[in-house]
Formats: sequence, structure tokens, C-alpha cells
Amino acid sequence: MEIKTNSRLEKVLKNGHMAVTSECGPPRSSDPAHIIEKGHLIKNHVDAINITDNQTSVTRLCSLAACIHLKQEGLEPVLQMVVRDRNRIALQSDILGAASHGIHSMLCLSGDHQRFGDSPEGQNVFDIDSMQLLQTVRYMRDEGKFLGGDAIKVPPNMFVGAAANPFADPFEIRVPRLAKKIAAGAEFIQTQCVYNLDKFELWMKGVVERGLHEKVFIMPGITPMRSVGMAKYMARAVPGMDVPKELIDRLSSVPKDKQSEEGITIAVEAMDRLKECTGVAGFHIMAIEWEEKVPEMVERAGLYPRPEID
Amino acid sequence: MIRSITKPKSIEEIERLLDGLNRIFIIGCGTCVTLTHTGGAPEVAAMKEILLESGKLVTGQIVVPVACDNLTSEILNEEMGKIEQADVLLIMTCAFGVQTVSSQLKKMVVPALDTLFIGKETAYGQFNEICTQCGTCIIGETGGICPVTNCHKGLVNGPCGGTNQGKCEIDSNKDCAWTLIYNRLMELGRLDSMRKLQGPRNFLGEPTPGKYEISKS
Repeated sequence: MEIKTNSRLEKVLKNGHMAVTSECGPPRSSDPAHIIEKGHLIKNHVDAINITDNQTSVTRLCSLAACIHLKQEGLEPVLQMVVRDRNRIALQSDILGAASHGIHSMLCLSGDHQRFGDSPEGQNVFDIDSMQLLQTVRYMRDEGKFLGGDAIKVPPNMFVGAAANPFADPFEIRVPRLAKKIAAGAEFIQTQCVYNLDKFELWMKGVVERGLHEKVFIMPGITPMRSVGMAKYMARAVPGMDVPKELIDRLSSVPKDKQSEEGITIAVEAMDRLKECTGVAGFHIMAIEWEEKVPEMVERAGLYPRPEID
Repeated sequence: MIRSITKPKSIEEIERLLDGLNRIFIIGCGTCVTLTHTGGAPEVAAMKEILLESGKLVTGQIVVPVACDNLTSEILNEEMGKIEQADVLLIMTCAFGVQTVSSQLKKMVVPALDTLFIGKETAYGQFNEICTQCGTCIIGETGGICPVTNCHKGLVNGPCGGTNQGKCEIDSNKDCAWTLIYNRLMELGRLDSMRKLQGPRNFLGEPTPGKYEISKS
């Protein structure tokens, strides 16, 4: 497959390796030390590190600056970009800024509504949506033009991804919706956290039937449960999250001080099973504020060492 | 019928806006704010009581039929004696009415209401925004349901990841606009419409402030 950018993630995927990404959330502070530290904790066990963009609509150090910090440390960031806060001028400007710093992978997202965060009274921008942001990045890269039509002297060199939620309703539109994201320009997909493996495999079956797995690299999202409380919370309160009762029962059946270990084991078992699923191209491990566990998970899932890429 | 939907400002805010202004003329409206119970005759009477209790002097009050109509100035002319005695007009209409009166009378005005949106009464006492007047209507491709208005993110290319059992992630009582659109398109046998990639919206269709002239040709 033709390598189109300098993205390490693209090279790993297109060389046929099962890729591993993880994510780190920037601090609510102007001190970058913590996110740099988190990046170093996982750097040898992942191919790239997603940096979230004011996730849950809480104001944080910006994704772009955090990506630059990681890049300066020699790590490989994936710039997450939500369309909630910036209009098309600001988004295109940040894409150029990222590319100018050698950041070559990005994930295009809608973003949580600001009502959930620290600024519920803030303006709801959504000038363009995540689908149109995908189109925009691809247009800038492939056509060498801004949305307004003017030429870009040196276009941004970006490998472009999107999110997918195989579990949201209505289930019937989930495969067509992926097809639409691919048509808009998505080259890799990181999914919502996968706990209901049967349903994920059913979605993948639909994906494979339409041949979409040959057009996009699909990386299921993996988030280990730290406790039965977390599992119950995610089942109850997180929209579009599918946590089967058997998983909650299994966590409940072990003593409290063993639950986090059990959560890791469940996540590793999920990766072991999904590795065999046709169309799965890697994993996106979102160990929310539990980055120190990522290396263990990657090793136990047989995904270590990571491939050497120039 | 479309209505301008309003809600009352707090008494504290009104008192702050009226600070130092002691002689007040109150104007209500017989149209939208009467329907929403925010500026009809009963609300104007109640406001008068509140002002009198706080030591203000009310020089007069009137509920005009349609405050945003250009004829409002003629109705107010009949009250000019009482209006001229006032330091300020406290206007219990939507901002269309407040600005109509303000442009006609050149008097200090204080709005008593906040104007929320242009909507319609969908059930008794329940008002909904149906159209945001975006200027680039796409409902011919969404089964007649407007995602620009009905989706909290105004998404035009399908639902976000927060759609939850047919409800919106930010309000479990509110239907996900895109689930409604999906169901409608399925009934109509037009699901293919959802595949269409809508390009970035043209916000020039909705220039602020909006202005439109009927061409003279």
C-alpha cells in the first residue's frame, strides 16, 4: 500500500503490522510535565499516542501544544481535533500548525457537547462537523487547497482518522455511517470502548461484507475497568456505551482489591479474541488516567515489541 | 403560528436596570407574550404592583395589540402624556417590540424579558424552536426534520456518538434528531439520503444581522 504521509501510525498499519495506539489527556495547567511523563511511560509499547482535545468539554492545555511537547521528546502524537470549539479558519490554521511541527496523524471528532464541561454557557461552534473536518483535511492534503479554494504552498502531510461507535442506536446505520466516514476521507478508525465483543464482531461482519476493512484500518477501543463501580457507571451513565451484564457480574465476583487486575485480564482477553477478527488492524488502548498499565496490557496481549519503523 | 418566545428577567436584574429611574411607563403586548404569559395584561398588572411596592411611580401602562408592528407608534401617541412623564419605558414584549418602540419614541427603554427564540406552541404551555432561520434549508433531504435546529450540535451528516437509545446525550427527555430522521426516511423509503455528504454549511445564508430586499425588477 502506498505510504502517503510521514505518519508512523500509517507506516505501521500499511506494513501489515497490528498497530497499537493509546491516549493521554493534557493537564488543566500550563505545566506540561505530567503529560510528557505519561508519554514516556508508554512510548515503547505503542506506535502513537492520541492527545485528547479538551475532552468532556473541560478546559485543558490544548491538544496541539501537548502534541508538540511529545514530538519534541521524540514521541509520536496523534492530534485529536474536535469541531466544538473552533470554526473552519481556526481548524485549518491548527492543521497547518500541527504539520509544521512534524505532527502527521490526526483524529477528527465532533466533541462532547459543552454542556458536560466547565463552560456550559459557552458558544456551541460546530461550524463544520466531524465528517466535514475529515473532508477538509483530505482536501488540504490531497488537493493542496484551503476550503475556500486558495492554494496551500506546502500542504499538510496528515494521516487522517475518525471515531466510530459500533454500539450506538440505531445499530442498522452503524456500518453505512462508517462507509460515509470513509467516503469523507477517513484512513483509520478508532472505535468507542469495546466490551460487548459479540456485538462488535457482528458490526465487523457487516464491515467486512461491504469490503470496508480493505479501505480503512479499524482499531477497536480498549479501556480496562478499574472496578465494578466503574463498569456500572459506564453502563449507566455514558451514552452509547455497551457494557454487558456478564462483565459486571465477573468483576463483582472477585474481591475488591483484585478487581482492577481482573479488569486488565478482561481487556487482554478482549484483545486476544479480537486479534482474530477479520478486519481488526490494531488496538486503541484508552487507559483513562491509568497509563502505567498500558505496557503490561500490550505485553500480555502479545503485541510487544512494537515494530521498528524508519 | 410562529411566535417570539420569551422568559421574564429576574426582578433583581430589572431593579438594577431601573436603578435611579423612578417614574416608569409599562408596555405589554397582546400577541406572543400574551400567549407565553410573560407580557400580557395580567403580567403587566403584576409588574405594576411590584414596582409600586418597591417605591417606584408608575405613570401608566398599556398592552398594545402587536408591539412589533409599525402602527404601535400611533397607539402610543394616544398615551403620550403619561409616557412623557416617565423616566423610562419598561417593556414587557420580545426584543422586536422593545426595539420597535425604542426606534419610534426615542425614550430610554428597559426590556423586562429575555427573547429566547422564534418558535411555536407544540402543546399547551410548551414552546419549541422548529427553525433557526439558517438560510440554507436542507430538510428536503432529511425527511422534513431539521437537524440544524433539532440536533444540539447542528450536525448535518448523521448522529454523533452520543445518541443514546434514540435520545440525545445532553437531554434524556429529548429525541435524537438523527434517530427521528432515520425513522422518517425509513418510512418514506428514502434512507439513501443519509449517505449524502453535506458540505460545510454556508453561513452567508444567514448573515448577521439578517437583511433581505425584494428585488425591484
